[in-house]
Amino acid sequence: MIARVPWGLLVFVAALFVPAVGSRYHTFVAGDVVIWALFATSLNLLVGYTGLVSFGHAAYFGVGAYATGILMKKLGAPFLLAWPAAGALAGACALVFGFFCVRLTRIYFAMLTLAFAQIVWAICFKWNEVTGGEQGMPEIPYPDFGWVERWGARVPLLGGWRTSEYYYFVTLVLVAASLFALHRIVGSPFGRILTSIRENAERAEFIGVNVRRYELAAFVLAGAFAGLAGGLFGIFNRGVFPDFAYWTKSSEVLIMTLLGGMGSFYGPSIGALVLILLNQQIVSYTEYWPLVLGTVLVVLLFGFPGGIAGAVGALAGRLFRRLRSA
Amino acid sequence: MPDPSFVFAQSLSGLTAAMFLFLIASGLSLIFGVLRVLNFAHGTFYMLGAYLAYQLIVWLGPGPGMFWLAALGAAVTVALLGGLIERVLFRRLYGKEELYQLLFTYALALILSDVAKLLWGTQQKSVSRPPGLTGSFAFFGATIPAYNLFIVLLGPAIALAFWFVLQRTRAGRFIRAAALDRETLGALGVNVDALYTWVFMLASFLGGLGGALISPMRATVPGMDTEVIVEAFVVVVIGGLGSFWGTLLGAVIYGQVLSFGILFFPRFSIFAVFALMAAVLIVRPWGLLGRPLR
Repeated sequence: MIARVPWGLLVFVAALFVPAVGSRYHTFVAGDVVIWALFATSLNLLVGYTGLVSFGHAAYFGVGAYATGILMKKLGAPFLLAWPAAGALAGACALVFGFFCVRLTRIYFAMLTLAFAQIVWAICFKWNEVTGGEQGMPEIPYPDFGWVERWGARVPLLGGWRTSEYYYFVTLVLVAASLFALHRIVGSPFGRILTSIRENAERAEFIGVNVRRYELAAFVLAGAFAGLAGGLFGIFNRGVFPDFAYWTKSSEVLIMTLLGGMGSFYGPSIGALVLILLNQQIVSYTEYWPLVLGTVLVVLLFGFPGGIAGAVGALAGRLFRRLRSA
Repeated sequence: MPDPSFVFAQSLSGLTAAMFLFLIASGLSLIFGVLRVLNFAHGTFYMLGAYLAYQLIVWLGPGPGMFWLAALGAAVTVALLGGLIERVLFRRLYGKEELYQLLFTYALALILSDVAKLLWGTQQKSVSRPPGLTGSFAFFGATIPAYNLFIVLLGPAIALAFWFVLQRTRAGRFIRAAALDRETLGALGVNVDALYTWVFMLASFLGGLGGALISPMRATVPGMDTEVIVEAFVVVVIGGLGSFWGTLLGAVIYGQVLSFGILFFPRFSIFAVFALMAAVLIVRPWGLLGRPLR
């Protein structure tokens, strides 16, 4: 019953109204959540669905962010070209790196993804001519919204927003489309094979699945979607910086995924929402955000290994059974 | 061609960095070898070692031998903390998924580094070199601080002591046996739980000692933990996770690549280090001197 409600669609429609109902700050936080939701969901394709724990997922986020940033700021490319380029370039990187990573198992896989991510970070950090080095690249331009202003002025609700709000709408639509695509991917026969690899790679091999090839495909897809998230984030953040690819970012997104729940499709998005809202609340009181994050993580690991989605699902199941028996 | 005395000084500075990293990475490698867990909090133990050494020196005041007492005290305190964490929390995660263990150690790193910030603030702390090691020596036209030389000699000394304990003592045999087969060792009547706690304490001791000994050379600041843990990862991966001599070799390679990389390609030496790590993982995932996992 609960599962039949189109939750994704409802949330999407509700999110459309954020700029109209809330303040500029609310729109900012909502934009942040939306982009991180895509980033975390792309990671979940690897961790949750395929069972590959990547410790370097920020690399592809960073590649995407730099690709869009460089194309738009230095080469003046339009957003419509720069954004898909972020996904393509990140996917290409993931293809090269993943080719080597999927040959390794477990802890070695995690270490190699970390090594590649650190290589990306080192390049972003030191290649001053192209990436701006340590200083990063500030002032990435927004996409051109002049045409919406011209055409939308006559239609109520379509015109008269701030540039950052137009960008929020664009982000929301693009992330929703990406999430829809990811949802289709995990529900497809291809996605089912990924799940069977997670459950038992050896048996998957027995029934004729080329495990490495499927793992590589999942790695490339996850990288490409992370790149798309990064492309959106660079513009949203008004700048691209090397720490986008640093290993602490990889662990941050991993925590989000785990907090929301790796077992469900929307879990990572919930994780992104909760963690960002929590962060916004905490940061206004204290600078000790890592302390809070660490404590949340410890409670989660010992108390709710299924994450928020897992805990809520179990609770809903129990309530539902009680209702039925009553 | 650079001046030979400069090359010598450069390689010695690389060697000094390598010996520090060896101290820290050997603890990381020990925990991995026995407990099969990558400990993200190890870098934080190192940072705590440095802060505690600073604090103890402030309390003890100047005096001959006070630095060494403080360094030892810091390392022992860190070891006790490590043991407590293993006993109370970490133990519950054995047998669970690796991801959970990894994230737990990461959570620990987040918490402990903020606790350090709460206690010592964000101002950098520095410790002066211990009396007797403040001077410097001249070798082949290069000037080497005495303390650096001491560290370069201390590294192999600790390595040898470690090797002796692991190969020649009863406790060392137990540790090696636990790395191979925990259950059989338990069935033979060894208290494996206690052994794990001791291993964790020993590893934390090494991390804390590394931090305490580095405090006269580098300023102690927040954030030194996240930097060093990645360096230590690189070292153990190059040498081989769980391999003791491999860690030493990895540390030496790391130090030399970094110090000569800065000489020849000043901007891409960090890149070279991570590229080396990736190359080793691709060709020999278990490291140069490590053994493949079962």
